[in-house]
Amino acid sequence: MFSSGIDAVVPMLCVTLAALAVMGAEAFRARGEQLPLGGLGVVGLVGAAISAVLLWNRNAVSFGVVVADNFGLFVTLVLLLVALLTIMFSSTVVRRDGLPAGEYYALVLFATAGMIMMATANDLLVVFIALEILSIAVYVLTGIRRDDSRAIEAAFKYFLLGAFSSAFFLYGIAFTYGLAGSTRLDRVGTYMAAQSMSGNPLILVALGLLLVGFAFKISAVPFHMWTPDAYEGAPAVVTGFMSTGVKAAAFAAFARVFLSVFEPFSGEWAPLVWLLAAATMILGTVVGVAQSNLKRMLAYSSIAHGGYLLVGLVAANQVGKAAILFYLLAYAVTNLAAFGVIALLGTREAANDELRDYAGLWHTRPALAALMTVCLLSLGGLPPTAGFIGKWYIFSAAVSAGYYGLAVIGVLTSVVSVFFYLRVVVMMYMTDRPAAIAPPPVSAVAMAALVASIAAIIALGILPTPVLDFAAQSIATIF
Amino acid sequence: MLLTLSWLVPLLGALVLLCVGNRDGRRDALVRWLSLAVTLATFAVTLVIWARFDAASPEFQFVERHAWIPAFGIDYFIGIDGISLLLVVLTAFLSPIALLSSWGSIERKVKEFSIFMLALEAAMIGVFVSLDLFLFYVFWDAMLVPMYFLIGIWGYDQRIYAAVKFMLYTMAGSVLMLVAILGLAYLHSAATGTYSFDLLKLYTLDIAPQTQMWFFLAFTVAFAIKVPLFPFHTWLPDAHVQAPTAGSVILAGVLLKMGTYGLLRFSFPLFPEAAAYFAPGLALLAVIGIVYGALVAMVQPDMKKLVAYSSVSHLGFVVLGICAMNMQGVQGALYQMLAHGVSTGGLFLLVGMLSDRRHTRLISEFGGLKAVMPRLTAAFMIITLASIGLPGLNGFVGEFLIMLGAFRWDPRFVVVAGLGVILSAVYMLWMFQRVYYGPVTHEENAALPDLRPREWAAVVPLCAVAVVMGVFPTLFLKPMEASVNAVVQRVQVAQTLRAERP
Repeated sequence: MFSSGIDAVVPMLCVTLAALAVMGAEAFRARGEQLPLGGLGVVGLVGAAISAVLLWNRNAVSFGVVVADNFGLFVTLVLLLVALLTIMFSSTVVRRDGLPAGEYYALVLFATAGMIMMATANDLLVVFIALEILSIAVYVLTGIRRDDSRAIEAAFKYFLLGAFSSAFFLYGIAFTYGLAGSTRLDRVGTYMAAQSMSGNPLILVALGLLLVGFAFKISAVPFHMWTPDAYEGAPAVVTGFMSTGVKAAAFAAFARVFLSVFEPFSGEWAPLVWLLAAATMILGTVVGVAQSNLKRMLAYSSIAHGGYLLVGLVAANQVGKAAILFYLLAYAVTNLAAFGVIALLGTREAANDELRDYAGLWHTRPALAALMTVCLLSLGGLPPTAGFIGKWYIFSAAVSAGYYGLAVIGVLTSVVSVFFYLRVVVMMYMTDRPAAIAPPPVSAVAMAALVASIAAIIALGILPTPVLDFAAQSIATIF
Repeated sequence: MLLTLSWLVPLLGALVLLCVGNRDGRRDALVRWLSLAVTLATFAVTLVIWARFDAASPEFQFVERHAWIPAFGIDYFIGIDGISLLLVVLTAFLSPIALLSSWGSIERKVKEFSIFMLALEAAMIGVFVSLDLFLFYVFWDAMLVPMYFLIGIWGYDQRIYAAVKFMLYTMAGSVLMLVAILGLAYLHSAATGTYSFDLLKLYTLDIAPQTQMWFFLAFTVAFAIKVPLFPFHTWLPDAHVQAPTAGSVILAGVLLKMGTYGLLRFSFPLFPEAAAYFAPGLALLAVIGIVYGALVAMVQPDMKKLVAYSSVSHLGFVVLGICAMNMQGVQGALYQMLAHGVSTGGLFLLVGMLSDRRHTRLISEFGGLKAVMPRLTAAFMIITLASIGLPGLNGFVGEFLIMLGAFRWDPRFVVVAGLGVILSAVYMLWMFQRVYYGPVTHEENAALPDLRPREWAAVVPLCAVAVVMGVFPTLFLKPMEASVNAVVQRVQVAQTLRAERP
């Protein structure tokens, strides 16, 4: 257990080094010089991905608090993919909006490092540190357009509520430490297993506080209030990044803590998470219907998708655990691509993210409209897309665990969600453009990222077997 | 491989079309011919399948099975029997006709239109040939997307409302079916240790009566919305009226049959006990639909809406036949499905031709067309009589068999359903009279052109098939006999066996 090797932290080390390199390069940059900072970041991400693949099946442990087991590595790879796509979309946006490139890329990479740490942490304090690393980077990214009052407001709101939730989380850690005498997950787990019959109310307090902390981060209802504002105010690329990356990392830690450490108390927390899941799915979709801003609409949609992930967590069986992993991947690629399209359609002057801005997009930018449609169909869970397989996997977990009610709520809310996804399609395809506004040109890198995401969405929808098996293997080693 | 080709050919055709550069519609002609060629090739494939089909065997034929998602026992598993064979042929037969009907009326974005039509055909054939429930559901849901675009982009004034309503209604029904499908797979895993979505294995599953009730309802609501069975029919008039002619032809000709096909393939054989329990209720809804559809059709000022409501009425007969669950009833239902596909598809086609010429579908805008366009009138007459169920044309055989089957089961339903037969003659002939007979009431109608060669090509096959189906019904009844018998036996045996259970 006390392996002193640093193997397990190599992926996050690669990303951190890339972030430092970006900062250094920015500091020593001559005025007006253009540096390929995004490319530097990509090198770090690719290095991290290679090391993650090499670590596969080795269950490396570093310092006793970071474990690179297959579950963590799967999430790590998803997070690296998220970061890679984000950087590829950002190349256009950073130049267009005149964002500070050095800070921007460094923050994206630091946030990614924090997310990877969160996914592989084996100690509650490390989870907390990781949470803070990624959160602070994301707060700044949210407000990176300093001339935009909405962005500042969003960042501030996000920061205040984030700090609030961190306090809950920390309080939960304190209680856990007070009970178990350790913050290491394996030791806490041993303690909890021994105490499972004791009925100590303090355990429930610790459990509840941690639950609230996680629920904030995955924006589960009723802890979702910050989400729509933060997602609407941030630049679209950043919204894509945080709606997928932060959620994936938080879910990984959530699943790790609740499905292993607090597994003996699943009788206590499962009904609570059931309620959270149902409320999150219902509110996310129902309120999503009323939105006229695309970013805000997708913010509510991402809340709802958090609810579907919670269904996998409630089911808590083998299928459910693997389903969470698959869904995270499917959702990450789809949502990121959707926000990518939104980002690419904006200009420096106008964000163009109102629903009516998409009227007649089919005529002016047929390729982008088609790509957006595939994303929306995948978010809505229609075959043959990754989103359909993901939903099917989640709901089959619920059904096989006997949660028919949750499955029915899930499928019905996805019908409601299809309604608002279709509103975008109606705008793009069935409404005429009021005035011929020429959309901005799209860079080759961003277009390549989009096409690759769409290809992945369809490939996962038609031939999901390799990734499903991969996800099933990932959970086999830990839970 | 042959059966895979039947849905793969149109899909590949759609992908090829995707690659054809067609800026500003410069290559519309090429796109049109190419898509027509693809649908004709598909039709040829299905005819070859029919020719090689062994009518004596009740088993599934042309079976192909490959592992797809092995962890969940999901296979790419397809095959056809006498029930699906002719529905596949019908789909492939109507698709080129629908495309031909669009040549005059669809002028913008022809390439995209053709792509959606071909994708739709692929998904529809996929629905009929799937024997794996997961695969079936994939095709079933995938089919909604092209239809949604066809209605929403190329439809009439209220198209967006109609398209969204169509999509949401159908999806709302089908997602509950998804839960039931997952439940079935889970039951299979509980009984045998492995998940399976294989229809043939699930047929043998012994499901507790209480569970059967829920699952039967989940499946049947999905199918009832598609049929559409009263009171789930409200999406249909909107979708049919707003869809472009080609969309209406496919919608009425094929899509509605998926509902009744689903009842026959899934709801009844999978859950025979629940089916026995719910059959009288379903039949009641069916006969209400028969009379209600006919009465509402009678007062429609809009021809397309009239035909749409007549579908509600005709499909009620089909459901009634299936509920009877005896040889005559089910065979009649299946025959009526084919006949309705041909005659209602034909009616929408002809109404579409009138509406292309005059840009209105109101009956009151027409009158005395017989003198102006005698050929179109003749074709309309044939299809109208076929739809009413005149002996010697396709509609008669199905309706007669259904009545026979239903009479053996419960004569009360037949009494009411018989009313529907009379009413259908009333509303169809009354419309025919107002549109074609009498003096020419509107100036504009005096110079309307008669059928063009392209329209001949679409109308003649339909009329010919209507006559052939009326005169040589055995040609079509023979291949379905063994399979229908197998289904009826399966349901009845299961019902009697389980009735004896304590």
